[in-house]
Amino acid sequence: MADILSVESLTMRFGGLLAVDSLSFAVRAGEITAVIGPNGAGKTTVFNCITGFYRPTSGRLALTHAGGDGFELQTIPGHNIARRARVARTFQNIRLFAGMTALENLMVAQHNRLMPNVASGLLAVFGLGGYRPIQHAAIEKAKLWLDAIGLMARADDPAGALPYGAQRRLEIARAMCIDPVLLCLDEPAAGLNPRESEELSDLLLRIRGGQVGGGCSILLIEHDMGVVMRISDHVVVLDHGEKISDGTPAEVRNDPHVIAAYLGEGDEDEGHEASAA
Amino acid sequence: MAYALQQLINGVTLGMIYGLIAVGYTMVYGIIGMINFAHGDVFMIGSFLSLIALLGLSALGITSVPLALALTLLFAAAIAALYGWTVERIAYRPLRGSFRLAPLISAIGMSIVLQNFAQVSQGARSKPMTGLIPGGFGLTIEGFTVQLSYVQISIVATTLSMLALFTWLVTRTSLGRSMRACEQDLKMAGLLGIDTDRTISLTFVIGAALAAVAGLMFLLYYGVIDFYIGFIAGVKAFTAAVLGGIGSLPGAVLGGLAIGLIETFWSAYFSTQYKDVAAFSILIIVLIFMPTGILGRADVEKV
Repeated sequence: MADILSVESLTMRFGGLLAVDSLSFAVRAGEITAVIGPNGAGKTTVFNCITGFYRPTSGRLALTHAGGDGFELQTIPGHNIARRARVARTFQNIRLFAGMTALENLMVAQHNRLMPNVASGLLAVFGLGGYRPIQHAAIEKAKLWLDAIGLMARADDPAGALPYGAQRRLEIARAMCIDPVLLCLDEPAAGLNPRESEELSDLLLRIRGGQVGGGCSILLIEHDMGVVMRISDHVVVLDHGEKISDGTPAEVRNDPHVIAAYLGEGDEDEGHEASAA
Repeated sequence: MAYALQQLINGVTLGMIYGLIAVGYTMVYGIIGMINFAHGDVFMIGSFLSLIALLGLSALGITSVPLALALTLLFAAAIAALYGWTVERIAYRPLRGSFRLAPLISAIGMSIVLQNFAQVSQGARSKPMTGLIPGGFGLTIEGFTVQLSYVQISIVATTLSMLALFTWLVTRTSLGRSMRACEQDLKMAGLLGIDTDRTISLTFVIGAALAAVAGLMFLLYYGVIDFYIGFIAGVKAFTAAVLGGIGSLPGAVLGGLAIGLIETFWSAYFSTQYKDVAAFSILIIVLIFMPTGILGRADVEKV
């Protein structure tokens, strides 16, 4: 399969701290790629570079759409990462719009389709410019996702009032509403109970396979090894900003470097763990 | 009794004008967490634009008062919106991401710039205007005639319809949703593909247009304006926004009504000189017991 995202010699330096050190890996289209590693390994820093929060010190982040359009993510500013390159992400902590309803959260993510420019926004205020059919389609899409995450009955409840596991799933649904080609999830299973983790894994597998939504590649940071081993097609292991292993879940699990990194064997500089996460 | 009723009418009218300006403060605060001190001066500019438009229209021979007012409203709102956009673009956007006080200082600077601009271009003297909407209802109770003028009715009616339109915009449209999203989490909104700079600009534009409407109301109600009205009205409206709970839209209107009523009743029963002291004292008392204002809870619907 073709690579959707190719990370090439990505380096991120904060002053004297080298958070990511010339990291290269590829995310293949239609797969779930997991990035794992001990705390402070630089996983979230990589995500922040991909989604435009940080400008990498050096290196390339090349995203290629199925149609052949290429994007250099390290050069794209702010909202165009989502709008043009169509990369979506979630965070370790939940960042839903807590005061808005579940449905509204999903509608916000479709804002660009509903209001591509100020003029159409003005027309929409007066109900003109083909707004109604677009709005109808947006609501249908939101319903599809509410159904997929089992929250249809709670569509009109404020997002902040939903149970924790439901908020996690709603965040993923919201990210999917921008029609991403790459979905970046930062510890989606954090704080979930085993049953909720199971539901989450199922949801991610369905997203990857296109059973819900239009199909999407997934890049995942996760500490829950049960989830990682079950759903990942490909695992990249980081430690101290460097890649120490890269392969299928089975390969990575048996890699002595990985075992050493996780158990701290022979690791003498534990003290200066990067705080980049 | 009749006297109190009269004060109630006057207070509500004044409160509506404050409320309309306060909405602009509260919206901008909600979305980028800064107090736009130039907002009161945009209101003043709106007032001058209204006067210019009314004089221009009468020079053109448009004698129908409703038509003239409608055209004036559109003209003043459109040009003031342009002012709001420009102020944000040149004075606040370059400082976004800078330390918190920087845009606050440039807001004060912008306020002075607008005031002096009006003073230089329009002159420092007060500009009077003859009443456009004369007459009203009179009701005599116990020997006191309660006056409800057509101007007051139109001020209240216009403000309420503006607020209704605006509430609909914020709660029901995609633009409103994106504004609320930016207000709750600017970075997350950007990650969902919302152009946050544009949304912030539009917030300023809408706030400025509402301030211009308030400017026209002020001109019709008092019949005299000068370059300094923006400062006093701005401080009052800001107080109203804080009193109602800054960030909350209904709170801004409620706060405006409260300030208008306190001022009017204090002037009527105690002394005119100390009406501001009364309004601000009540603000202090309310904030001691309700530090977030009347409606300023964490998750109320706000922009």
